[in-house]
Amino acid sequence: MNLAYEPQVAFPSAQREGIAARTMFKLDQVDVRYGATWALQSVSLSIRAGEHVALIGPNGSGKTTLLRVLNGLIEPSAGNAQRPVTTRQTLLFQRPYMLRTTAQRNIAVALWLRGARWRDACKQASEALARVGLAALAQRNARTLSAGQQQRLALARAWVLASDVLLLDEPTASMDPDARREVEALIGEFTSGRQQTLVFSSHTLGQVRRLASRVICLQDGRISADLPVQEFLQGTVSAESKLSFAGELRWRL
Amino acid sequence: MDTIPQATAAALHLFVSLDPALLSVVGRSLAVSTSACLIAFGFGVLAGAWLAVSRFAGRGAVLAVLNTLLALPSVVVGLLVYLLLSRSGPLGFLGWLFSFEAMVLAQTILVAPIVTALTRQAIEDADRLHGEQLTSLGATPLMRGLLLAWDERYALLTVLLAAFGRAISEVGAVMIVGGNIEGFTRVMTTAIALETSKGDLPLAIALSIVLLLVVLALNALIAALRGWRERIDGAATQVARVGVA
Repeated sequence: MNLAYEPQVAFPSAQREGIAARTMFKLDQVDVRYGATWALQSVSLSIRAGEHVALIGPNGSGKTTLLRVLNGLIEPSAGNAQRPVTTRQTLLFQRPYMLRTTAQRNIAVALWLRGARWRDACKQASEALARVGLAALAQRNARTLSAGQQQRLALARAWVLASDVLLLDEPTASMDPDARREVEALIGEFTSGRQQTLVFSSHTLGQVRRLASRVICLQDGRISADLPVQEFLQGTVSAESKLSFAGELRWRL
Repeated sequence: MDTIPQATAAALHLFVSLDPALLSVVGRSLAVSTSACLIAFGFGVLAGAWLAVSRFAGRGAVLAVLNTLLALPSVVVGLLVYLLLSRSGPLGFLGWLFSFEAMVLAQTILVAPIVTALTRQAIEDADRLHGEQLTSLGATPLMRGLLLAWDERYALLTVLLAAFGRAISEVGAVMIVGGNIEGFTRVMTTAIALETSKGDLPLAIALSIVLLLVVLALNALIAALRGWRERIDGAATQVARVGVA
């Protein structure tokens, strides 16, 4: 069975609007090494604008490294990585880093770093906090917020930066079900209205089903499968293979 | 031997009587060391932040030199500043030798490596943990260093305290460049050295007790300030680590 997947239609709204989906990321035979350890080996893939891609695989399979390569935080040891030059992209980490200041200023700093005036940045930050339901906590120190609230704050930061590409590294790891649902709903909301590209790593099948249009399975730094989410979920791929692809994927909704 | 009881009584008497000479020496000591630490802090935090986030050829050698400078003997600094400020030295035109400014300059040179090295260590640790996230948000390396310095400000308070402890307790540099002139450049450590050489041990010990109390009070003040702010800021989630590499 050929598990390599070349998406025909990238994003439903793009199709509706007749927008030709352009290639956002193109990796060609990318290797990444940390010392003697291979984090990625011969990874080739293409991601088009508007695609929602889930990266699955066991811990240590290379998901986070792949996200860092896509974000440009690390360069491949070998191979070629093409990334969008003009597109704004944001990488949300499993544990978002919050500066030791208020929730509002944490967002404003991100805008300020991109050239906004501080007063305007604070105003936009307040709007973003309202958008994610954290307006009441605007003046709270961000480090005193719960994991779910911090991830919502990080999403607000991504939203206010008007990112075209959202890269998420296990965005709901170690969250309770309620917090996970809230964060997922926000991710869905942010990525549904426009041709926004989403690439996220996950260990949760339900999350993959809810958010992804395409699934890339990683194993030992290599892509072991790359296929549409329906095909992954509806039995074209055997349950045994899914387990093999996903490693520690949790089969919960 | 009744030196200790005599010294304690003398110290008590100096405190209670608010001895003008004592207050003058204590005030001058605090002014010199505080000025030196603030100047060194301004420079050292910038330099430390930059060193923490930058990568360049020869960085390892720079760090080795910096760490070596932590053990810089104060008399060597005193001698260096003396040569700089002496009439025939490159900075002789300033006319600072045997003045307040000379003592500040010497102590600044003495503590700047401490501030720089400890700041570099604190920020490099934070950068290792969080630097990528700031880069991902669009921060340039220097901006990343400065943001992390701001974020580690309570750790940097400890750095400031370490620098102040080194400055106020040193005697070699201020003795050489200040000259221990009564009412002008005499500070606590030079006064202690002088009284000891004169054989007036009770007064020397009394001054030592005053010096220790001043440092103790400042320590307590900064610890209280840090504890208070950390409780407010919820700093328990990220404990800053400061240490010399």
